[in-house]
Amino acid sequence: MATAARSIDTQSQAHIPHPEAVVVRFAGDSGDGMQLTGGQFTLSSALAGNDFATFPDFPAEIRAPQGTLFGVSAFQINFGASEIDTAGDAPDVLVAMNPAALKTNVKDLKPGGLIIADEGEFNARNLAKAQYDVNPLEDDSLGKWQLVHFNISQLTMDAVKPFGLGNKEALRCKNMWTLGLALWMFDRDREPIIQWLKDKFAKSPILADANIAALNAGHAYGETAEIGNPGAVPIPRKHVDAAPADPGLYRTINGADAAAMGLVAGCQLAGVKMFFGGYPITPASSILHALARFKEYGVTTFQAEDEIAAIASAIGASYAGQLGVTSSSGPGIALKTEAIGLAVMTELPLVIINSQRGGPSTGLPTKTEQSDLYQAVYGRNGDTPLPVISARSPSDVFDCAIEAVRIATQFMTPVILLTDGYIANAAEPWKVPDMSSYKPFPVSFLDHVPEGGFKPYGRDNKLARPWVKPGTPGLLHRIGGIEKEVDTGHLNYSPANHQAMTDIRKGKVDGIAAHIPDQDVCLGTEGGKLAIVGWGSTFGPIHQAVRRMRAKGHDVSHIHVRHIWPMPGNLGDLLKSYDKVIVPEMNTGQFKTVLRDQFLIDAKPLNKVSGQPFRIAEIEAAIEEALA
Amino acid sequence: MNDMTPIQKSSPKDWETDQEVRWCPGCGDYAILKAVQRTMPELGRKPEDTVFISGIGCSSRFPYYMETYGFHTIHGRAPAVATGVKLANPDLDVWIITGDGDALSIGGNHTMHLLRRNLDCQILLFNNEIYGLTKGQYSPTSRVGTKSPSTPFGSVDRPATPCAFALGSGARFVARGFDVSKHLPDVLKAAHAHKGAAFIEIFQNCIVYNKDVFEDFAAPKGAEARQLWLEDGQPMLFDGGSKGIAMDMETLTLKVVGVAEGGWQAAGVIVHNVKNRAIAHMLVEMPFGEFPMALGVLYDDPRPTYDSAVTEQNAKLSEGKTPDLQALISKGQTWTVE
Repeated sequence: MATAARSIDTQSQAHIPHPEAVVVRFAGDSGDGMQLTGGQFTLSSALAGNDFATFPDFPAEIRAPQGTLFGVSAFQINFGASEIDTAGDAPDVLVAMNPAALKTNVKDLKPGGLIIADEGEFNARNLAKAQYDVNPLEDDSLGKWQLVHFNISQLTMDAVKPFGLGNKEALRCKNMWTLGLALWMFDRDREPIIQWLKDKFAKSPILADANIAALNAGHAYGETAEIGNPGAVPIPRKHVDAAPADPGLYRTINGADAAAMGLVAGCQLAGVKMFFGGYPITPASSILHALARFKEYGVTTFQAEDEIAAIASAIGASYAGQLGVTSSSGPGIALKTEAIGLAVMTELPLVIINSQRGGPSTGLPTKTEQSDLYQAVYGRNGDTPLPVISARSPSDVFDCAIEAVRIATQFMTPVILLTDGYIANAAEPWKVPDMSSYKPFPVSFLDHVPEGGFKPYGRDNKLARPWVKPGTPGLLHRIGGIEKEVDTGHLNYSPANHQAMTDIRKGKVDGIAAHIPDQDVCLGTEGGKLAIVGWGSTFGPIHQAVRRMRAKGHDVSHIHVRHIWPMPGNLGDLLKSYDKVIVPEMNTGQFKTVLRDQFLIDAKPLNKVSGQPFRIAEIEAAIEEALA
Repeated sequence: MNDMTPIQKSSPKDWETDQEVRWCPGCGDYAILKAVQRTMPELGRKPEDTVFISGIGCSSRFPYYMETYGFHTIHGRAPAVATGVKLANPDLDVWIITGDGDALSIGGNHTMHLLRRNLDCQILLFNNEIYGLTKGQYSPTSRVGTKSPSTPFGSVDRPATPCAFALGSGARFVARGFDVSKHLPDVLKAAHAHKGAAFIEIFQNCIVYNKDVFEDFAAPKGAEARQLWLEDGQPMLFDGGSKGIAMDMETLTLKVVGVAEGGWQAAGVIVHNVKNRAIAHMLVEMPFGEFPMALGVLYDDPRPTYDSAVTEQNAKLSEGKTPDLQALISKGQTWTVE
């Protein structure tokens, strides 16, 4: 089969168009396996050498009622022959596995884009559930798009018939049939997917064989349609060339795995063991899942009884000499807030990861937002400063996690690392770094009485207090949440001491600015008409929009801020070197407000809180308007 | 509670800090502090290997007065902090100091889960049936009708029974004592000898906001008749041996029986077996008045601890594996660009 496929490929190669980039969205019922299909298509894109970005978008319900509009699960991938920064504004191809998937997704499809629909699912019952009065495959309501439809359900059933599966099990192979067709459409090798299926179903070879048969059948359908097999609908085919990339080993990475591995890397560079206290919450749980498998790396994971216990146990572990880490999403971070204050007061290292989601309250658990910036920077009782950093993409979480560990252990402070639902779930290619290129930052536990006596709240030149492990003779001391006396750490409520300690805590965190890189301009020039200033996962759309507008000759630059608090020392002057500053954010203007407050600049907001990432076009429009 | 032999036995003085004790004069906490400081040298652990962890409330100031490592945390969260401490360093001897509000109200969830998991530590719950540090509001253990600033006409909700809560949560060691009792050090020693979560309820007299609420059984005068001190393998006798606790076989509940001239067996008095969980449930629920107050070690039946299970699993899964970070990040869906 593979041989036959190759020969057809060779014949038809010349006729296949080679676009720069293509956006494909797979949409189906939550039970249709669209995330799996998307994940494997991503792998095949990676192996084909494309650059890519993905955007999984799934419902909050685990098993939403079949066929409903709110039960639709989608996976979008943008893959290209040049640099890809976002999952794409609008799909070129929409695969719709049922009427609900068509209805909720078709409006995003580019005019003239291709719809592939499983007509087997467009029955009266499913049409009614999707609130279609008339079958859209049969009227002309989809006229502005190219439409191909065939009975994927039946074709799958036929393909897996020899394996004697039940109806339900047979139909579950539908996603592999669809994937097979997609692999044919984009001229991809099936072999790695076949290998993956064999591994996945190693314990059940029949299911492996059935899924492989479905995959091959989908692929063959494309082939036979092309060579004019009667009854088959011809399908357009495209080949996206490999993107130029530095030589080396690459892998796909999502934000959660990057966080887990970055924390392990950070702890190795610091020379400490890691304790991770977590409580299940979407979309942060996957960090706990990943770390739970890393025991040989000196990681202890603890699924606590609640968010508070998760952070409190991490603080306990830090006190005992490991690096405590906890992660959550907005509502969970809210519960951890009092304990974060304790970590600030007791000056213990701690890393807190917030995978932000739509709020307030329970909000939009599976959708992305950047609305916890105030919470991270300001959201505690008392004057309670702590460093905040943010990751811009899935792979960037790896380096940000290392940076968080560095700051926490070097400055004896809790650090908040902001990611979001998009970063946590989305995948991108990542050139695997050479770990020997990272500079270690070993911690030194105090293990003897220093000259001049032991001061639990004495300071080094970074204003960090000593880290002492219980079990160390001669250094017995008590810590707690009550105001500490300068140097001794004894209880002290006196006005002068509280003033002094408040100043020290602020001075310590402010001082971190001298130990982080200066702010750079990631695209464009220092000074000019317009700077687009972003943080977090808006990096991709801002970067592409600025690149495109610069290509058109506009004077616009992109500044991306990783260190939210304290900010790089040169940031104020840098921002003041532009006539205008726009801050696109997936919130109502939180970073904009912080920038205004810190630098008295007239930063303008560009806000989006729909639970969806920015489109490149939205930022391009804002740039155009600002420069008009 | 590892068996470590100290090079030189310490004295109670070695466990005292130089900090001024800030409880109200006459507070029961002083007696408990003394009892703990007197007990520590007997336990064979060094001060530097010992950590006292507390929440918030009068009792939770305790760590400041112990010459050990100490962590005065936030309200209700001491069990969670202690879990992190013990998992990070299982060799430490961990003591949790808490109160009725701290452990059973704001921190009830953590207390329950620490006991369920069976973390190896001692939990000393100072029960004074009142919120002292916030100036006298009724607490989750206050009796119905308690008049306080927040219940000026008397509280109307039923109190929790700490030892019943502990047993219900899965505790494998439950004991009771009271602040000025001479038996308290023995109870502390038994708790320390138990490998696992050892829960001790210590009735503590708040002389300012809830004075003498335990006098009905704690007062020295007539104590014999009102206190049932339990000892493993010994009959449940009180009031100078003239009374005992027996099982009413018809209702399957406990009853008080008279014992004539040492004939406790004839009277059907139960022999205390610290491993009998069913009887332990009955002992902690005995209504005082009709029954004496059950004190001492009510239940002691160790099970493998959470910290040892975590340590074992970590060790087992790490066995023979090299923590190669470069290999870890190079796994997954990979490809090479030439």
